[in-house]
Parts: sequence; structure tokens; C-alpha cells
Amino acid sequence: MRSFHLVRANDRPAAVAEGAASHTAQQGASVRFLAGGTTLVDLMKLGVERPERVVDINRLGLDGIHKQANGDLFIGATARNSDLAHHPLVRDGYSALSQAILAGASTQLRNAATTAGNLLQRTRCMYFRDSASACNKRTPGSGCPAITGTNRMLAILGTSEACIANHPSDMAVAMMAYDAVVHVQGVSGDRQIRLMDFYVLPQQRPDIETVLAPGDLVTHVTLPPPPAGERSTYLKLRDRASYEFALVSAAAAITLSNGMIASVRFALGGVGTRPWRASEAERALVGQAPSEEAFRKAAEICLKGARPQTQNSFKVELAKRCIVHAFKQVVH
Amino acid sequence: MMDPGKNTIATDDPGNGRLTVTLKVNGQEREVSIDPRMTLLDCLREVLHLTGTKKGCDHGQCGACTVHIGGRRVNSCLALAAAHGGDEIVTIEGLGTPGRLHPMQAAFLENDAYQCGYCTSGQIMSAVALLREPCGASDDDVREFMSGNICRCGAYPNIVKAIQQARRALEGI
Repeated sequence: MRSFHLVRANDRPAAVAEGAASHTAQQGASVRFLAGGTTLVDLMKLGVERPERVVDINRLGLDGIHKQANGDLFIGATARNSDLAHHPLVRDGYSALSQAILAGASTQLRNAATTAGNLLQRTRCMYFRDSASACNKRTPGSGCPAITGTNRMLAILGTSEACIANHPSDMAVAMMAYDAVVHVQGVSGDRQIRLMDFYVLPQQRPDIETVLAPGDLVTHVTLPPPPAGERSTYLKLRDRASYEFALVSAAAAITLSNGMIASVRFALGGVGTRPWRASEAERALVGQAPSEEAFRKAAEICLKGARPQTQNSFKVELAKRCIVHAFKQVVH
Repeated sequence: MMDPGKNTIATDDPGNGRLTVTLKVNGQEREVSIDPRMTLLDCLREVLHLTGTKKGCDHGQCGACTVHIGGRRVNSCLALAAAHGGDEIVTIEGLGTPGRLHPMQAAFLENDAYQCGYCTSGQIMSAVALLREPCGASDDDVREFMSGNICRCGAYPNIVKAIQQARRALEGI
């Protein structure tokens, strides 16, 4: 591991000022915020992350979880994943989020990992993690060995000629379905970013993963109140029954009115270069009867742009079945 | 814009790149002088000579390094020691002694819940934490809650038995 200075921010402006000294908030940042460390320390050991300064943000009071006066759920940036998953407001009002978090990683990791760290966790693509390999995400312009190599776990949606790495989070998939908003404190003030607008597609610069700029400190995430009567679930399909990343997952939320679909929100994990919200497919479901045929049609719409690689064409059909099964679970 | 470095507490000494931190391990305060890169796992083993906590994968995948921080189990290989000054840390050495085992340690012995023993301290630290977690009663619930601890000898059936026996004993069932 490259040596670094470890500092603890006294307050949020100090943390922002520390972060702003980096030339980028993306891959290659010279300043990194340390929360749970479950991604950052791992990648520092691998030499994938090589910050010169590590800024501990664990004592900034960013770990709260509560309902705001406007009805939104407030989720602090350093709230631990375990605390979020088991919080009564989440279990009762946002069950797919609780399920998604508990479907990811292990208890030890969830006890350390945080909200913002989970959103910002990096791909598990083996070429990204192996600093001896070429990787356009880690070293822009060096090439993508995954496209002709080991790509069974990787993305089929949102890929480019430069990168097919998938986003590994479960939590972010549920938050995507629940219309999460990311709240950021930056050098020129506070701003709110819809999670739908938070991640950028890899295109020719897969090293740029989010809209965050140097100094941007994620302070919290908010979730609007769910529509009355909404039911939701998270279905994760994987190679092992526990402690494994998704091949495909789906967060599905639906409300019915007079036997018809009144509203629907869903997102996919494991298959996209970012947590994948399925807006077009959602629109096709509204007003329909909640039948297997309707869900299958929505799944076809969602996957129509899929570009499978040499080893992961199975994910196209698996994703469709995952969507149908998740919705069948939630309406029955 | 504020200058970087102001209003931050530099926990490091720029002179030699080492930090002085007071760790609270198994109820004792221990002052250590360490490189910021040192993980809690390495600090426990190499500086404090508490070698009951094991290094397996060193990447948060195997669970052999599990310790408790503030009463919760974490992978000590992914924790920077210098970031945990003042936190209450408990290792396998803090659970029991050879003459006075923690009930979970006794249950592992009684059920032969290991073969080579390398993962065992991490298994026991997870199992003891599990007693305070919302884990359901079934063996499947225990398997799910213990999935972050890998046993390459495959002692899982007896690990589950040991945990269930200790739970029953501690809950007076």
C-alpha cells in the first residue's frame, strides 16, 4: 500500500476543503474520504486506490436515520448498512431496501460499510482489481481485457467499447427504485442529485463513474415517502445462496388500484454499468392488469438494449425471469 | 475556499510518518506508535502480539480476522488501526480464558466445530456477536448470519450445532 497522511476532519467544511485539494473525485483521486473502509482499504491494498491523503469522516455526525418533517426518509452518509437494513422505518416503509442490504456482503461488512460508501463502491471486475492488468476504468486508454476475457459476471446494459464493468451494489438498486436523492456538500454549497442522475455511463471514460467533483462530500440520501399501498421486494439471483454478488437482481415496487397497476417502480442490479432503473418498462406496465404476460413484456422492454458478452448471454433471459418473478412475488 | 489541512486534526506526525494512538483492546488501553497504513488486524498481531485473530484473505472475504468494535463484529483487515483510537475493541483473547471459556468457546470444543482451527477464532467472534443480532431460530438463519466466515475444512455442520447449542444454553431453553 502506498503511504498516505491520515487526517480526521473536524467538521464538514474542513472535509470539503480537504477533498477539494484533489484534481479529481473519480479514479486516481489524491484525497479520499474514509468511512467504513470496506471498499477503500481493500482497493488501497491492491494499489487500485493510491490516495496521498485519507480523510476520516466517521466523526462528523453523518450517521443519522430518521423521518424528516416533509415525510422523506433521511439516511446519513455514514449510517452503517446494518443499521439501515434493520431500522424500523426501512423495514416497514421500504422493505426492498432492507432486503437488498441484507442480501449483500456479510454481517461484518455491513456493520462497517456505510450509505455513501455503498453507493460509491467499485466494480468487482477482476481486471479493474488487478493492477497488473490493462483496464480503462483504472488506467484510461490501457484497454479492456474483459471484453475478450472473463466476463461472465459483468454488465449487459450500459456498456461501451471501453468498459463492461457492472456496478456491484444491492443497496443502490433498491434506492434507485425508491427515487433516492443524494445530498452533497461541495465547495460552492449544497446540492441535491437524483440517484438516477448520479451515475454516468462509461462511454469512452469509464474512470468517471459519478457526477461528483473534488470536495463533494455526500452528507445524506433521502427517499420520498412511498405511494400509499405500495408493496415492494428485492429478488437477488446468484451463484451461492449467501455472501455473493448478484448475477441479476431486481427491486420491484407496485401499487394496484381496482385490480390494475396504478404505479410501478423497478430497477435491476448485476446487469448494468450502473444500478439500472427501468423507466420505459415501468410506463408500459401502468394501467395493465398485473399478469405474468404484462411483466414479461415489461422485462422484454427493459432488456431490449442488452449487449451480452462472450460468457454472459445467459443474463439476458435470467434478468427477464428475475423481473417477472419479483413482480409475481410482490403482487401475490 | 478554506485551505486544506486547516480545521482538520492531523493524526499523523509529518516528521516520521508514524501515529501515536491509544487503542482499547479487551478492556486495556494500549498506546501504539504505528504507520497509518497498518490495519487493525496487523496491529493486533504484530504490535500487541494478540495472535488469536487470524489473517486469511486480508481483503474482507474470509472472516478469519473478525473482531468486535463497539460491540459489533467487523473484519479487522479492512479497518485502519489509527482510525479506531478510543473505540472498544474485543478479540478472541478477551472472550474467555483456558480455565474459564466463553459458553460459545465451550460449545465449539464440545461439538468439535473445527478441523485445522485457523478460522475458528473468527467463527467464534462472529457467533458471539450473532447472539446480540436479530438472527432467527433456524439452522438456515444461523448459516445466513455466519456466511461471512469461511471454513475451508468444511466444519460447517458442527459450527452450526455449536452455535445452536450455545444459543439454547444462553437463552435457557
